[in-house]
Amino acid sequence: MNRAVPLVILSMVILAFATLMLVVGPKLQIGREVPAAGLQPYTAEQLRGREVYVSMGCVYCHSQQPRTPDQAPDAERGWGRPSVAADYAHDYPHLMGTMRTGPDLFNVGARLPSASWQLTHLYQPRAVSPWSIMPAYPFLFEVKDRAAPGDVVVWLPPKARIVGKVVVAKPAARELVAYLLSLDHTYPAPAKAIRDDGYAVGQVGK
Amino acid sequence: MLTIGLFLTISFLVSVAGLAALIWAISSGQFAFGQRQARVIFHEGEEGELDDPTVSGEAIDRERTAIDASTARPVTLLLVAAVLWLVLGSVFGLIASLKLHMPDWLDGSAALTFGRVRTLHLTLVIYGWLSLAGIATATWITPRLFRTPLRSAGFITWGAMLWNIGLVAGLIAIASGWNDGEEWLEIPWQIDGLLAVGGALTVYPLLRTAFSREVEHIYVSGWYYLAGMMWFPALFIIANIPYVFVGAEQATVNWWFAHNVLGLWLTPLGLGAAYYFIPKIIGKPVYSYALSLLGFWALALFYSQVGIHHLIGGPVPTWVVTLSVVQSVMMFVPVLAVAINQHVVVARNLWAFRASLPLRFVSLGAIMYTLASFEGSLEALRSINTVTHFTQFTIGHAHLGAYGFASFIMFGGVYYMMPRITGRPWPWPGLIAAHFWCVVVGFALYFTALTIGGWLEGEAMLDASRPFSASVILLKPFLEGRSLGGAIMTLGHFLFAINVAAILLPRSASRAAVAA
Repeated sequence: MNRAVPLVILSMVILAFATLMLVVGPKLQIGREVPAAGLQPYTAEQLRGREVYVSMGCVYCHSQQPRTPDQAPDAERGWGRPSVAADYAHDYPHLMGTMRTGPDLFNVGARLPSASWQLTHLYQPRAVSPWSIMPAYPFLFEVKDRAAPGDVVVWLPPKARIVGKVVVAKPAARELVAYLLSLDHTYPAPAKAIRDDGYAVGQVGK
Repeated sequence: MLTIGLFLTISFLVSVAGLAALIWAISSGQFAFGQRQARVIFHEGEEGELDDPTVSGEAIDRERTAIDASTARPVTLLLVAAVLWLVLGSVFGLIASLKLHMPDWLDGSAALTFGRVRTLHLTLVIYGWLSLAGIATATWITPRLFRTPLRSAGFITWGAMLWNIGLVAGLIAIASGWNDGEEWLEIPWQIDGLLAVGGALTVYPLLRTAFSREVEHIYVSGWYYLAGMMWFPALFIIANIPYVFVGAEQATVNWWFAHNVLGLWLTPLGLGAAYYFIPKIIGKPVYSYALSLLGFWALALFYSQVGIHHLIGGPVPTWVVTLSVVQSVMMFVPVLAVAINQHVVVARNLWAFRASLPLRFVSLGAIMYTLASFEGSLEALRSINTVTHFTQFTIGHAHLGAYGFASFIMFGGVYYMMPRITGRPWPWPGLIAAHFWCVVVGFALYFTALTIGGWLEGEAMLDASRPFSASVILLKPFLEGRSLGGAIMTLGHFLFAINVAAILLPRSASRAAVAA
């Protein structure tokens, strides 16, 4: 090729075409969906907790997108029914994730509903799951001589305790737990919802 | 309303426009070329001679002194920054890797938690090392292709400075917990403008140089560079538009962008360099120049649409996932075209592969491009993706592309370019070989560990009779193997940085040599 201008124009047209297919098309289709009935908007506290989730980079190890039983045993692991586009109507930024170094969290609020367990697990994951490789987040907690009124004290198994001290959750830890417990998409999926049906046995995708 | 009818209409219109463009291109002789045009990179009498400053010790290219002088300053600036970011990025990568099997190490501060260290690593190596090294090689090669000095070099210097300021601001933001929350797009959008403008500033000199060129034909590297340098700012700006895309829509934008950073940015930068350095060093043109045309346009067409294979089995429309799966498989076409062109000329000249370390880096990089692309096409198949998705296998694959392919080519490019830029030979050629073996051995270990470990991890997760913990426990030795490989790679990068410092700072280098 001997001409720079047509080369650049055609290259940009091809990119525009890809953008039409991968960005504009899905946006038009998903944008028509209404939020799933049963999906609750986040509270202010849950949203602050979601910001902690984003800032700590939880998304790099935890997905939020259970797959269909046709593809994988996600439901059997307690991760919930296959998620659909309408489940994410309030998610900005989206946190679907691409790794399962840890388990999927789309329904962790239903699977592990104890705030106390969540706090212990965030303070030291290996205190409750010895096999875990999740980071500990001690900087979201304070070690004090005694708890003040209103403090949330973290339960620890004997071997993780510090003699004469208590571990208290900072607001960021409490907000993060509020967000984690809000992850409960156990309501029924809307009929004819949008998701990748490419694994459905004997069905034609839409 | 989005209906099949609308898509058929769009496809029809695009086909008609494509046909019109094809008729114009054929009638105006755009495609009428062959091996003669492939030789545009050689001056009279250069063909058939090995051209490698690390072998000949001949630092200056006397045929191209004015051209090389015009690019020396901006390219040096870009490369110094790139190498610094590589070293820092590798250190963060190694810390992140160690943390995966030593989770209680360095857990005292939020800035050093895995999620942030890992993101600092990605941002540093993609937007620091690979992007800047890629822009540097593009800036250095393009005027040579066009046989005229670089125009408006100051724009590149300014662009590089803006880019680096934006990058540093982004790194500080990520370390302190302020990020956009999407993979590959973590730098806050408020800062991203600096990188977009910085990147766009480096395009202008390239275009001006193309318009002032003293050869008629634009060599294949020039196609990749012109297109890639235009694609990146467009991609980066669209992907960072805030508040327009929410939830599942945003996921498709996220992966449209993230895979295009590889396909339409790092790949053109890497292939453009490989298409220049391989035949230039060997002294023989690529195998079938006409084939490179197919390779380029097929890459543009197919690669731009593969991104949604990252959402296979996810909450996005089936048709867009399937489209990306199909285009991923179609990638065999451009990849084979590039492979035939580049590997055949190396295979016929193995003496050069043995003699020249820069060529060894670049052509190994080109081989790993072929392998990474084949692996990527297979990985996009639904049956295979079910196992590999969400596992370390993907991380191994990403490094085969971004490291094995793109970084290896940049290493070779730097070793070829620096003597031409500084007018000095490499002071310690033995350290180049040491760098080469460190990154080859380290990466072999890295890739093998994650590929096997990731596959086993995926199989464990698919087996409902095994608890989730089984997939974590079985992975541990493979994560340790990856850390070992990564440490050896990082050592190689320190040797690389010492080499670059030594050729840039000849006085202190010679003192150090005496002291040693």
